[in-house]
Amino acid sequence: MRSARVPSSTRATRALGWSALAALAVTTWWGLWVSPPDVVQGQFVRMLYVHPAVATMCYAGFGVCALASVAWLWPRLRSPRWDRLAVAGAEVGSVFCAATLLTGSIWGRASWGVWWTWDARLTLTAILFALSLGYLALRRAIDNPHSRALVSSMVALLMALTVIVDHYATDWFVTLHQGETLLTPDPTVHGWQLATMLVSFLGFGLLFAWMVVHRYRLEVLEERYETEGFAFALQARRAESRDAGTSGRALAPAVPAVGTAAAPAPLRAAPAVEVPVR
Amino acid sequence: MWRDAVLVAGKDLHIEGRAKVALNQVGPYAVVVLLLFGFAFDQDRPLLVQAAPGLFWMAVLFSGLLAVQRSFTLETADGAVDGLRLSRLEPAGIFLGKAAAVGAQLLVLEALLAAGIVVLFHSELTGAALLAASALVSTAGVSAAGVAYAALSMGLRVRETLLPLLLAPVLAPIVLAATEAWRVALGLSSGDGWRWLGLLGCFAAIYLAGGVLSFGALMEET
Repeated sequence: MRSARVPSSTRATRALGWSALAALAVTTWWGLWVSPPDVVQGQFVRMLYVHPAVATMCYAGFGVCALASVAWLWPRLRSPRWDRLAVAGAEVGSVFCAATLLTGSIWGRASWGVWWTWDARLTLTAILFALSLGYLALRRAIDNPHSRALVSSMVALLMALTVIVDHYATDWFVTLHQGETLLTPDPTVHGWQLATMLVSFLGFGLLFAWMVVHRYRLEVLEERYETEGFAFALQARRAESRDAGTSGRALAPAVPAVGTAAAPAPLRAAPAVEVPVR
Repeated sequence: MWRDAVLVAGKDLHIEGRAKVALNQVGPYAVVVLLLFGFAFDQDRPLLVQAAPGLFWMAVLFSGLLAVQRSFTLETADGAVDGLRLSRLEPAGIFLGKAAAVGAQLLVLEALLAAGIVVLFHSELTGAALLAASALVSTAGVSAAGVAYAALSMGLRVRETLLPLLLAPVLAPIVLAATEAWRVALGLSSGDGWRWLGLLGCFAAIYLAGGVLSFGALMEET
């Protein structure tokens, strides 16, 4: 039995990946060599080309997760693809959330003199990261796909609520963290700094999209492995039983490894493999 | 729904009254946690007085985790949860009843811990109205979130380790707001304690509403 080969990438995803790489290369070039140092922050202003974009992608990841979870919970839209998109968004969002905490901590050390301070924005981001780890752990703990999708969708909505509070934390609470820089009537960033910052958003946005696409694809492959792997093992077992019945041998206790090239000959007569709904 | 809630709360409290697990195990555990905090701060009295509200709510959090786990251990043992599912009780009523039972146990525990911080940390319980109001609202939030998440992880093999990981970040805003409200009530901070109480009320309302809406689906799936 040979299953249809699923390519690890397409022309579109390769283009997406190369575009992300190019935009991040431009960000690095402009950020390190073209953009001038800041009057107040000096060379540390270069964190501006990493931290805000990374934090935005963290929010985007959890936003994708929440929207996909709402779509899964909506009975008319319910489909496994929303659940796959939700886990892809959450996992990529978690990676960017960890990067946000790391880059923020480095910038905080330079600006405030401490690696960490009990500020509303920082604390909420740390809580968001802990929630995302819990979400991912919960998904791994539930085997039934329907239960997993339902329960994790509910947790995803709570994460979305935390994202909203985290985003507006600088407006609602007295914080050390600065508020909006770009989306204000009078942006405080200009010239090369503004251009580099916008390119960084483009670069990290493309990287985010590339990671989500590949994580989604990985989820499809994992589901396929689980379904087809089980069917393959079942067929091999049946074939062994038939062999043992015809030749009078005792039933071999071991089941061949799933997906091995040397499949038993009677597999030709085995029933068709169930393919997961996509 | 309310009748079902009273029934379930009565059932849980009746079992607890007979088993006395909260009295014999969770209560002493909470006091031991307070003692350990005292050792950790090297019996530095001014520091303990300053940190007392935070330590109090951390002890409530740790003990609350045990209380909600206990509440659902009762249901998972011998498939009792199937009886609950088939009982035709409203899921929202079951949720509110279980949350009320856990909340009642936590309130007793908080009274014990409050006596503990007075005796062990030399705190003076001033601002009784704010203390009591914030304790009541926080307890509602902790028990609502705890019961919802305990239901969510009820059927899982790794529920003992997963529940604290899921629940602690969810309860963090409540612990933060309750600590700040208590700091104001105890005269350790000059902020507006009633604003913190308002924030606590928002979280408690969200967790209660979330639990009421989702508990039926959680009971079916886990």
